Amino acid sequence: MQTAQQENITWHDICAISEIPKDAGVAALVEGQQIALFSIAKTSQVFAIANYDPFSEANVLARGIIGSIGEALVVASPIYKQHFDLTTGQCLEDETVAVESYPVRIDNDRVYIGLTV
Amino acid sequence: MRTKKKIVVIGNGMVGHKFMQAIAKENNANEFELITFCEESRLAYDRVQLSSYFSGRTAEELSLVEPGFYEDNDITVHIGDRANHIDRDKQVVTSEKGVSVEYDKLVLATGSSPFVPPIPGHDRENCFVYRTIDDLEKISAAGKKAKSGAVIGGGLLGLEAAKALKDMNLETHVIQFSSRLMNMQIDEGGGSMLSEKMEEMGVRIHTNKNTSLIEEGKNAVHKLNFADGESIEADIILFSPGIRPRDELARECSIETGERGGIVINDQCQTSDENIYAIGECALWEGMIYGLVAPGYNMAQVAADQLIGKDNAFKGADMSTKLKLMGVDVASIGDAHANTKGSKVFTYVNGPEQVYKKIVVNEDCTRLLGAVLIGDANDYGNLLQLKLNDIALPETPDALILPQRDGAVAGIGVDALPDTAQICSCFDVSKGALCTAVSDGATTMAAIKECTSASTGCGGCTALVGQVLNKELEKMGVEVNTDLCEHFPYTRQDLYTLIRVNEIKSFDDLIEQHGSGHGCEICKPTAASIFASCWNDYILEENHVGLQDTNDRYLGNIQKNGTYSIVPRIPGGEITPDKLIVLGQVAKKYNLYTKITGGQRVDLFGARLEELPDIWKELIDAGFETGHAYGKSLRTVKSCVGSTWCRYGVDDSVGTAIELENRYKGLRSPHKIKFAVSGCTRECAEAQSKDVGIIATENGWNLYVCGNGGMKPRHADLLATDLDRETLIKYIDRFLMFYVKTADRLQRTATWMNNLEGGLDYLREVIINDSLGLSAQLEKEMQSLIGTYQCEWKTTIEDPEKIKAFKPFVNANTADSNIVFVEERAQIRPANDDERKQLANA
Ligand code: SRM
Ligand SMILES: Cc1cc2nc3c(=O)[nH]c(=O)nc-3n(C[C@H](O)[C@H](O)[C@H](O)COP(=O)(O)OP(=O)(O)OC[C@H]3O[C@@H](n4cnc5c(N)ncnc54)[C@H](O)[C@@H]3O)c2cc1C
Ligand code: SF4
Ligand code: FES
Repeated sequence: MQTAQQENITWHDICAISEIPKDAGVAALVEGQQIALFSIAKTSQVFAIANYDPFSEANVLARGIIGSIGEALVVASPIYKQHFDLTTGQCLEDETVAVESYPVRIDNDRVYIGLTV
Repeated sequence: MRTKKKIVVIGNGMVGHKFMQAIAKENNANEFELITFCEESRLAYDRVQLSSYFSGRTAEELSLVEPGFYEDNDITVHIGDRANHIDRDKQVVTSEKGVSVEYDKLVLATGSSPFVPPIPGHDRENCFVYRTIDDLEKISAAGKKAKSGAVIGGGLLGLEAAKALKDMNLETHVIQFSSRLMNMQIDEGGGSMLSEKMEEMGVRIHTNKNTSLIEEGKNAVHKLNFADGESIEADIILFSPGIRPRDELARECSIETGERGGIVINDQCQTSDENIYAIGECALWEGMIYGLVAPGYNMAQVAADQLIGKDNAFKGADMSTKLKLMGVDVASIGDAHANTKGSKVFTYVNGPEQVYKKIVVNEDCTRLLGAVLIGDANDYGNLLQLKLNDIALPETPDALILPQRDGAVAGIGVDALPDTAQICSCFDVSKGALCTAVSDGATTMAAIKECTSASTGCGGCTALVGQVLNKELEKMGVEVNTDLCEHFPYTRQDLYTLIRVNEIKSFDDLIEQHGSGHGCEICKPTAASIFASCWNDYILEENHVGLQDTNDRYLGNIQKNGTYSIVPRIPGGEITPDKLIVLGQVAKKYNLYTKITGGQRVDLFGARLEELPDIWKELIDAGFETGHAYGKSLRTVKSCVGSTWCRYGVDDSVGTAIELENRYKGLRSPHKIKFAVSGCTRECAEAQSKDVGIIATENGWNLYVCGNGGMKPRHADLLATDLDRETLIKYIDRFLMFYVKTADRLQRTATWMNNLEGGLDYLREVIINDSLGLSAQLEKEMQSLIGTYQCEWKTTIEDPEKIKAFKPFVNANTADSNIVFVEERAQIRPANDDERKQLANA
């Protein structure tokens, strides 16, 4: 059953890549879920994790500053500054906390987020 | 030709895998052939971190197996295949799928399984255990359709399972047979404090409950009936009352097992059959089963060393544990129950903060035997070392757990520990090993972790590892690192000079020329602030947006629920009735909470991101400007009413305050800057508590600097007296620019002054006597900033592209439904957790 889930990804067209500010984030609403999208200009990458910050319990992660800690690309929550890994959603300060992360595809300068159904 | 020695490992869990790593490391001569049976559908993974699967960690991320490990070492893995028989005479293992393999040496690493009590109904649907990734997948699927869940068992693992249910937003119950949670590790007092905390987090704790029957529920899938006649209902049940070592294979072939389970081993980890070893949670050593991974790893190393021919023995392990359960610190050390004869107990209970600490000491109070910490486990590392190294206690042992009052240092310095002291028990790293690593060049926490693995397991030793590191660095005479962050090997002052001298205008250029990596929330806002102090560009320019802290990025102060506050500038605190009315009208129209601030202006709270541009447009149309309440920049210049009205006033404090506020508004600096101007020595504006304070005298103005209210108040120092208006402004220009140039990040003028070599005298030399020859330049730089001032909100609302950034979602115009207000004293305020839930259910 779980493997079947892996394959059932629906891709949602979110925005043009230019609509994500350089080296920063925006929030998107997909099927009722709030998702934070981040762009890394240097490598032309886009990452997607949940927008909900489990520490402040507010939907704010898209408004955090992104950067790196060691090799990991991270966003710092704008409220209490915990770091979340952009690829996995893992919180670096508390290993028991992680937020959802989502696959991203870029096609023709449009950004798509994959949700499993 | 000698044939290879065949080692078969049954069980590919944490310990079995560790064993193979240990053999592979020494197998350069290809002396051994390794074969393993792995019952689960995936190779070894980090069971300790199992619960993080619920917070998004994937099976791949949990894997312990480095890609290529089995291939590179020619290890045969029978994945998804259970070994089901051992023929000790022929030395052959056969499996469920019919594989049979001969062995020279056999290693049992079969772990344990959760105990499922034979309660009638235990095998109903939606009843699970919590041990493997497969279990978690099933739980997570069932959780999607459930509203509530119950965990049977309130021990360590049970509480972890409860957290998983809570993470799935289920109403969570914990059912405990005995009278308190974690009865194995902690005592009555600690248990009740823990229950209280858990209840507060919304987990219902039921103690003294013996579940006698599980049957169909009325409102949920199950009804759990307890022996005392009570019952609860739940959709999911997780069994976690304890573990049972998996010794079934050993029993079947008559290897010695313990009365209550477990494969008996000696100090070499050998079973009663000398060719068969047992390690990990299935092994019974001196009547003990260790339900923790560190002792298992230790056994794996011992068994591997036996086979390789190295001397090593298992000598037992410490069972102390520290963990964070649902955000609550819980730790237990040694004899937590004071079972040792003659032992004495000290307890510290802090009701309001819900902290419980207990230490158990020997009869004459000189040695620590055990401890329990709930709610605050900061002392764990220290206490553990005292116990493990049998260190003499201070004369008053209770000092170890009493709150540390000013200056007192409780506990022990790491210096007191012998080199043999084990600091990290997960990876068996001693203090000596850490010291060697530091002297070999591992001078950061990251480097230490990398080369010793210390503090990469449970994390319980992190504080102590850090202390050893710092002490060693100190001994080596290494200077304390003053780097801004890992991306820039410079202080803020260095960066300021680099930016100014090389005319660097973007972060990309700065990091490319002088730094590394992608930057972070420390260096980015620092760079943004320096750019603004030097070049004063619009802070939301494309190149600068991503550098700004959220407050600067949205030009408002973020509040706890993700809304923002609005603080228009009211220079000197003077405002016309018409403007006051506008504030009232706007607040009313957008339903904002309104408050008079401590800075003599008005704060409007509760604006949603998307409302900010509209609100500011109305304010700007009415003649307001941004008040920079969000910026590390000039905040307010408070004033008293002064000579215009006051019968004592000697000069126009309001007029001066307004002039100064308009002069320095928008100035970006290392931290916020506050001024005040008083009209006479009665000091109604409290100028001596400000970064810049000005008090009128009969002969002019007295200038005070580097005062502070806030966390650590500091009275301002009198820099110069009886100044005329022009000199006053000149000095302030120089003072502010010199601070901007030389202070550390987030250093208020008060701390800056406290750290300034030469102190006030030096500052007087620089500002008044121009000892550095900087004055003209400082004034010029300030003039250029004043000349390029813009109201950031005005610039923003005039640019449709910039307004877009305030949309709640890039792809939708819906509002964030998580923001909910309730009313209090006729105004809005953010709903608290309970209220939000109530409103959502209504
Ligand atoms: C609104 C206000 C409280 C009030 O209702 O009166 C306030 C509110 C905040 N203060 Fe304050 N401070 C306010 C006057 C003060 C004062 C009194 C004053 O300025 O006369 C002080 C003591 C004086 C001083 O700063 O020396 C004060 C000392 C602090 C401090 C401690 C600073 C320190 O050096 O110790 C912080 C924390 C910080 O800045 O790091 C802080 C931080 C904050 C923050 C920004 C906290 C935050 O990050 O969310 C608050 C958010 C404001 C908002 O959302 O709009 N606030 N704060 C006052 C706004 C004044 C204004 O009009 O701009
Ligand atoms: C949720 C959870 C949280 C935990 N938290 C901590 C913690 O914070 N700190 C700590 O120290 N420990 C913790 N533990 C305990 C820790 O995970 C165990 O001590 C450790 O996994 C023991 O390793 P092992 O190899 O002996 O057993 P396991 O990791 O259980 O591995 C045994 C493997 O052998 C397989 N097996 C059994 N019989 C056969 C057979 N006949 N043929 C083939 N394969 C077989 C099993 O399927 C299993 O995969 C936790 C455990 C759980 C479940
Ligand atoms: S400081 Fe002096 S002038 Fe100002 S209000 Fe107080 S008494 Fe009056
Ligand atoms: S003691 Fe667990 S990581 Fe060091």
